[in-house]
Amino acid sequence: MKMDRRSFLSFLIGGAAGTTLSPLPWKLTDDLAIWSQNWPWTPVPAGGEVTFVETTCMLCPGGCGVTVRKVGDRAVKIEGTPGHPVNGGGICILGLSGLQLLYGPTRVPAPLRRAGGRGENRWEKISWDDALALVVEKLAALRENRLSHTLACISGTDGGTVGRLMERFLTVYGSPNFIRTPSMRDAYEMTLHLMQGVQASAGFDVENTDFILSFGSGILEGWGSPVRMFRAHSAWKENGAKVVQIEPRLSNTAAKSDKWLPVNPGTEGALALGLAHVILKESLHRREFVDFYAWGLDRWKNEVLSKWTPEEVEAVTGIDKSTTVALARSFAGAGRPLALCGRGKGSIPGSIGEFMAVHALNALVGNINRKGGVWAVPGPDYIRWPEVEMDATAAAGMQQPRVDGAGTEKYIFARHLLHRVPEMVAAADPSLVQALFILEANPYYTLSDPALLKKAWDKIPFIVSFSSFMDETAQNADLILPNHMYLERYEDVPYAEGFNKPYIGLAKPVVHPQFSTMHAGDVILRLAKALGDPVQKAFPWEDYEGCLDETFGDALETLRETGYRVEADFAPGSGYPAFGTASGRFEFISEESRDAGMQAMVQPQGEEPAFPLILIPFDSQRLANGYIGDPPFVIKTVPDTVLKGDALFVEVHPETAKAIGLSEGKAALLATPKGQARVRVHLFEGIMPGLVGIPTGLGHHAYDGYLAGKGVNANALMGPVEDGASGLNAAWGIRAKLSRV
Amino acid sequence: MSTSDDKAKADALTDTGKQPEQDKPEKGNGASGSIPFFFLVGFIASLLVGWVVFPEFLYSEKKQPIDFNHALHVDMVDEGCESCHFFREDGSFSGVPGLAQCIECHEEAQTDHPEEVKFVTQYVEKYREVPWLVYSRQPNCVFFSHAAHVRLAKMDCVTCHGPIGESTHSRIYEENRITGLSRDIWGRNIAGIKRNSWDRMKMDDCAECHAEAAEKTASEGEAPIEGFFNNIIRIAFPGSLSGRKSSVQTQHEACFVCHK
Repeated sequence: MKMDRRSFLSFLIGGAAGTTLSPLPWKLTDDLAIWSQNWPWTPVPAGGEVTFVETTCMLCPGGCGVTVRKVGDRAVKIEGTPGHPVNGGGICILGLSGLQLLYGPTRVPAPLRRAGGRGENRWEKISWDDALALVVEKLAALRENRLSHTLACISGTDGGTVGRLMERFLTVYGSPNFIRTPSMRDAYEMTLHLMQGVQASAGFDVENTDFILSFGSGILEGWGSPVRMFRAHSAWKENGAKVVQIEPRLSNTAAKSDKWLPVNPGTEGALALGLAHVILKESLHRREFVDFYAWGLDRWKNEVLSKWTPEEVEAVTGIDKSTTVALARSFAGAGRPLALCGRGKGSIPGSIGEFMAVHALNALVGNINRKGGVWAVPGPDYIRWPEVEMDATAAAGMQQPRVDGAGTEKYIFARHLLHRVPEMVAAADPSLVQALFILEANPYYTLSDPALLKKAWDKIPFIVSFSSFMDETAQNADLILPNHMYLERYEDVPYAEGFNKPYIGLAKPVVHPQFSTMHAGDVILRLAKALGDPVQKAFPWEDYEGCLDETFGDALETLRETGYRVEADFAPGSGYPAFGTASGRFEFISEESRDAGMQAMVQPQGEEPAFPLILIPFDSQRLANGYIGDPPFVIKTVPDTVLKGDALFVEVHPETAKAIGLSEGKAALLATPKGQARVRVHLFEGIMPGLVGIPTGLGHHAYDGYLAGKGVNANALMGPVEDGASGLNAAWGIRAKLSRV
Repeated sequence: MSTSDDKAKADALTDTGKQPEQDKPEKGNGASGSIPFFFLVGFIASLLVGWVVFPEFLYSEKKQPIDFNHALHVDMVDEGCESCHFFREDGSFSGVPGLAQCIECHEEAQTDHPEEVKFVTQYVEKYREVPWLVYSRQPNCVFFSHAAHVRLAKMDCVTCHGPIGESTHSRIYEENRITGLSRDIWGRNIAGIKRNSWDRMKMDDCAECHAEAAEKTASEGEAPIEGFFNNIIRIAFPGSLSGRKSSVQTQHEACFVCHK
């Protein structure tokens, strides 16, 4: 039978008819509809038993209580724990995105040993036994050669069990070099020590204040305990509390404040003293406090009245003298006024003169240890381990001066000066640091002066990172001993930044460790065991959980149940001497250091005319700028005027830009004495002319594709500026040049 | 047309009385039989493909990871199906038991039966969840609440799941290659004809019960004119109107009873 065109057509028609009368088209359509629901990008929640685990977030020092919803074994959502004393059910954008860090691709899956050169990012997975043996070998060798003091640890945590275990390890091993990462905590601790004679953290009773005078503090940018501050801020709006924001740039905090005072950058301390001048001159201070509890007022008063007149202050700060006077009057006249400092999130310590000036303001209005004021919150004291028994090597090692110089003559009041380490290491041969541990920190990214940092880094022969994530420090280390991530481990969180009561949070494992990681506490215990006595003897615990059990004793059960412990009826200044100074009172001029408060301002590095502008970094709640890098959810919220594609935008006032010949979005070369980078320009009338604003938290080279290669690291364009009196890093900016490309 | 043809025609026409012989070209209709033939070929072939070949190739056969004996286990527990397939405290249904449940008895192998040994060595000892293939799994767009049907409507498990409790072996799981779902959903019969309520569980099968239930309660207390119009709607869109909301949980009717 020959098939011609018509036969073929009839064949097709027959086929069509038969197909229609068969279930094929109907079933196929139905199946395809369901098939389209299975496409892999269509999100479908998993089935399974729903459980909730309460823990404490550890992505910033805020100490928020979070509740994680799980379906089966998988964590699916993080939310704030309702009723929690710190965050009361709220959560910030970073905390919310914690699951991306838990399950994301930047996790270090197992101990990694460097294969290839440093920074090449070539790794060899090794077993935990091998990895620990490597470390023990190096440490034992150093100790044998009486070089135990050349072991250093840079740690982001110090008050809790893990930080203390590390510090204890270094002590009994024979090294004084336990170095905490810098922040405004350093300056506040020193201020409280000098002016109140106490070893305490600064707590702020923000919930009860009615007038907030913020010297550049990023209340909505991540200062203190971010969620707590956001909630307090909302309450202020409702209660009619007044917020005055003093900073050179219109940040979110400034934009939402009742009054924004654009002050010349770096002169905030001068303004504080100017306000003090007015308060003293017009006798607006709280007599009850000052007369009974203060010391050295007369000398200080003379200093302030002679030097810091409103005219002087106007010349320096750019704030009109009538504004200064009016502000002083309203601040002093408020019911419960409170002054805050620590620029942005408080990542840079700051000048002690500035901090003391602001604290003096608080003293003048009598809010020290009062409702709505600054409270001295005693440090965590629940760790009562037996004293370590040092052998001769350890004792000798501990006698050596610290690498960062803290506690030595010039820096007698400082406890940690991380910014000095690159300088000290780069200068000496052989290197003052022969082995470096990094715990809960990313100094390769956060330290400034990249050239000096690299020089020092290259001189340290053995670098070990405990990071859970492949961050810049881990990428440039020799060995990574990955810690469990915070959602996978037990750990005590010894404080919530700026919280005005003694607080302990407990982080609990929400899921089993997803990778072959080990708790840093356990790593320390195993290293100690392998090193033998005397190191081993100082660690009588089987494992970290055993240590935690013994440390807390019965209290651990309650801590496990509630997730936190707050001394709810903590009253500041009671139960212990409020002022432990020699005079027994609040000291306006510290007897221990007469000069400490004298220098209220620090100058930026760089000279004109090579660098005609001033670069100031600014912080944002959307850009994590410390140990943790932005997860994808968070980086996606950064607006196009800050980051577009891979390009970073710097803020420039239109006048300044015009003078250089730059318009909106144009590419430019930003140069400082420490480095240069290609950026794009965003015209912003909210930044003072002559300044360039650069966001912090970008310019990563490690992490994953969502973060790496985006923008510029502000730290790489800056360098530390030591505050003369304290030695703390007080860099608030650097001179810069912006030119067309 | 060649000139010779023209010429022939012209010649033919000039002849009087004689009709030219026409060479009719082949018209397929009936003349050679190929058109109806090929139609039939196509028709029968496509019927065969649609009714036989298609169902044959649509489904792949998979075996359950462990050949589970329901009858044996049902005998050993007190509460029948609910002993292992139960409601959790929050009201959600536990579904297919997880390893933790089986381990309550099977921490170690209780017998020498090869399937149990396989279960203990490959799953219990490695703490690996058994990847059971679930016959009753519906597509992701469907919201189904066991609590509403078992606790509220007091339905029996067998009505939807069939007498699986009596089985001694695990059935072959016939997986639809396109959807990934079991053949049990559309039904074994490709035409969708069913004998028992559990033979098929597509939307229309759920709707059968829901429409009945809706109609039973709906017409109570309706005025005649209202009833007249409502009846039309009920016939055209069964289950879409009800005297009370047909879903207690979602408080919605019609589509939103089962599709969120």
